[in-house]
Amino acid sequence: MFRFPPPSRSAPATRGGPSRVPPSAALFESFSERLQKAMSFIDRGRLTEATVREGMKQVRQALLEADVAYDVARDFTKRVSEQAVGDRVLKSLKPSEQIVGIVYRELVALMGGDPDSEFQPSSVAAQIGVKRDGVTVLMMCGLQGAGKTTTCGKLARALKKDGFAPLLVAADLQRPAAIEQLKTLGEQVGVPVYTEDPANSTPVKVCQNGVKEAQRRGDVRVVILDTAGRLGVDEDLMRELSAIDRKVGPDAAFLVADAMTGQDAVNSAKAFNEALELDGVVLTKMDGDTRGGAALSIKAVTGVPLKFVGTGETLDGLEAFHPDRMAGRILGG
Amino acid sequence: RAGTILDEEMLEEFEGRLIRSDMGVEAADEIVAELRKKFLGRTVDPPAVAETVNAKLRDLLTGSAGTGTGLAEPAGVEEENPDPLARLTVNPLGPTVVLVSGVNGVGKTTSIAKLAKLLTDAGRTVVLAAGDTFRAAAVEQLTTWAGRIGCEIVTGEMNSDPASVAHRGAVRAKELGADVLILDTAGRLQTQTNLMNELAKIRRVVGKQIEGAPHESLLVIDATTGQNGLSQAEKFSEAAGCTGILLSKLDGSAKGGVVIPIRRRMNIPVKFVGLGEGLDDLAVFEPAKFVRALEI
Ligand SMILES: Nc1nc2c(ncn2[C@@H]2O[C@H](COP(=O)(O)OP(=O)(O)OP(=O)(O)O)[C@@H](O)[C@H]2O)c(=O)[nH]1
Ligand SMILES: Nc1nc2c(ncn2[C@@H]2O[C@H](COP(=O)(O)OP(=O)(O)OP(=O)(O)O)[C@@H](O)[C@H]2O)c(=O)[nH]1
Ligand SMILES: [K+]
Ligand SMILES: [Mg+2]
Ligand SMILES: [Mg+2]
Repeated sequence: MFRFPPPSRSAPATRGGPSRVPPSAALFESFSERLQKAMSFIDRGRLTEATVREGMKQVRQALLEADVAYDVARDFTKRVSEQAVGDRVLKSLKPSEQIVGIVYRELVALMGGDPDSEFQPSSVAAQIGVKRDGVTVLMMCGLQGAGKTTTCGKLARALKKDGFAPLLVAADLQRPAAIEQLKTLGEQVGVPVYTEDPANSTPVKVCQNGVKEAQRRGDVRVVILDTAGRLGVDEDLMRELSAIDRKVGPDAAFLVADAMTGQDAVNSAKAFNEALELDGVVLTKMDGDTRGGAALSIKAVTGVPLKFVGTGETLDGLEAFHPDRMAGRILGG
Repeated sequence: RAGTILDEEMLEEFEGRLIRSDMGVEAADEIVAELRKKFLGRTVDPPAVAETVNAKLRDLLTGSAGTGTGLAEPAGVEEENPDPLARLTVNPLGPTVVLVSGVNGVGKTTSIAKLAKLLTDAGRTVVLAAGDTFRAAAVEQLTTWAGRIGCEIVTGEMNSDPASVAHRGAVRAKELGADVLILDTAGRLQTQTNLMNELAKIRRVVGKQIEGAPHESLLVIDATTGQNGLSQAEKFSEAAGCTGILLSKLDGSAKGGVVIPIRRRMNIPVKFVGLGEGLDDLAVFEPAKFVRALEI
């Protein structure tokens, strides 16, 4: 039998602190109940390919309702069906329970987890891949309004707390007051912010000079580049991103994606991954009631590991990505 | 491929296209079921079937599919060059107050700037109220836009009560004899009850200053939004009495199909679409154009 993910704390949402991801065990149990009920006919009769197919329809619908990309949901249910008609299930006493277990395990594994053991997150520095010494450069990118600038502030806060002095670089010369925004966040967490006058600079220059500034300072361990939001279909701006990547050579590039994203998650994730080979994904705005199927879609089409989730507007709203919690949440309710 | 027999495989293809637009399983299933009933096993012309679907979606989006609660579609929607101002409910007795709300990062502040530009270009005087007193540099962002447009802006201290900024905005708009007051609000998730109550308070406060305000309550929905858009529409409507949707970021690869189930269930019409980050990137929502872009 598989294990349910451990429950997480839940607190009322305020601006004062991060709200917790809803308790996924409860979510998963309610799904698992619903699904088992829907598939209870399997337990009474003989398990056949047809009955499994009927059960898988329920799974597919749950995934689509959670905004998992259409093709990803289709492939997933196909793969799980194949396992479900296998020996172990056929011979088990309660096949419906077995199938629910397979779905859960498959989901956890797909999102980079181990369904048999509780997920143990590593440190923020380890997740980013901060080098043993010298300056590590992390570049953040994503669609407009996804939460890049806020996440830069959150990462800076966490790194500083762990003793890895960060430097923030304001490379969004586009959005009105984007530089001001990053400066304010830097002040809030006591982290320096490198800026240039947008009228006399370019994103590539700011990033290059920001890295130089970090080297000059000597104490900086991580440089975080906050780039402007852009659409995957905006060829000019995607080229600009590749240019920063080529000329600055960041050690890691993270995609910041909104957890409320629907079917388009696959398109934009693909576009960003093609422009600069992503090393990680941050899924923001998980403090709401979204099921977050985008997590599965992005992982499935890019293979890039999900690293963090954003759980609030304040700078303490950052948590490690838990594959088991996420699986419960996607299937939940 | 005229003269193909419509089979389950073709229905699945339609289903895929419908779902990929973010219209959701329920609406997609209903349409597929209708196609199955009408055409399964018959010889069909696939483009003609697609057109049947599109016509249904257009009806849904203009409210002529008869969802019942009857938010009337203002004139000018199906015209060649629709008048953008015709989409706003106007207060004949004084400043028209437009409240703008939505979850974090959807494009509220930018859309307000675009709307103010549109109104200013049409000769209306506009006052903006920077009601986001929470997010870092939100006030500076709107102030920058106001400067570019050349319209008046009312601001408040960081972390001050947004309702008091809205109140002062209303007072200022009356003083100036302005045509329109647009209220920016901080992004908030619809599950944050205390913050949703704050929206209700803003409404009450401006309603006391100006009869019938807010006359228009626009909910900004990001075109990339999936099924959570339904929960957004439901809870923001409760708190802010939404009269229309501004669908932002439609210039990307996302289709914005979630406005279909929103219209179906809550009957909130889409009024404007955002098509870019610039001041002129706002357009009136045109159902036919929108449905064509879904590529069903
Ligand atoms: N509730 C919640 N809000 C968040 C989270 N992360 C970011 N936000 C909010 O989302 C909005 C957009 O965040 P930004 O950090 O400005 O997004 P961005 O990607 O830098 O935006 P652009 O630079 O304009 O592309 C702001 O209102 C943030 O406070 C999160 O995890 N939870
Ligand atoms: N491509 C595109 N980008 C847009 C559009 N509308 C807004 N944006 C961008 O989306 C990002 C967020 O826009 P804002 O206006 O700050 O969004 P907001 O809802 O006010 O954000 P918060 O106040 O933080 O909740 C910015 O980078 C805007 O330039 C649009 O129609 N198309
Ligand atoms: K977004
Ligand atoms: Mg930003
Ligand atoms: Mg704003």
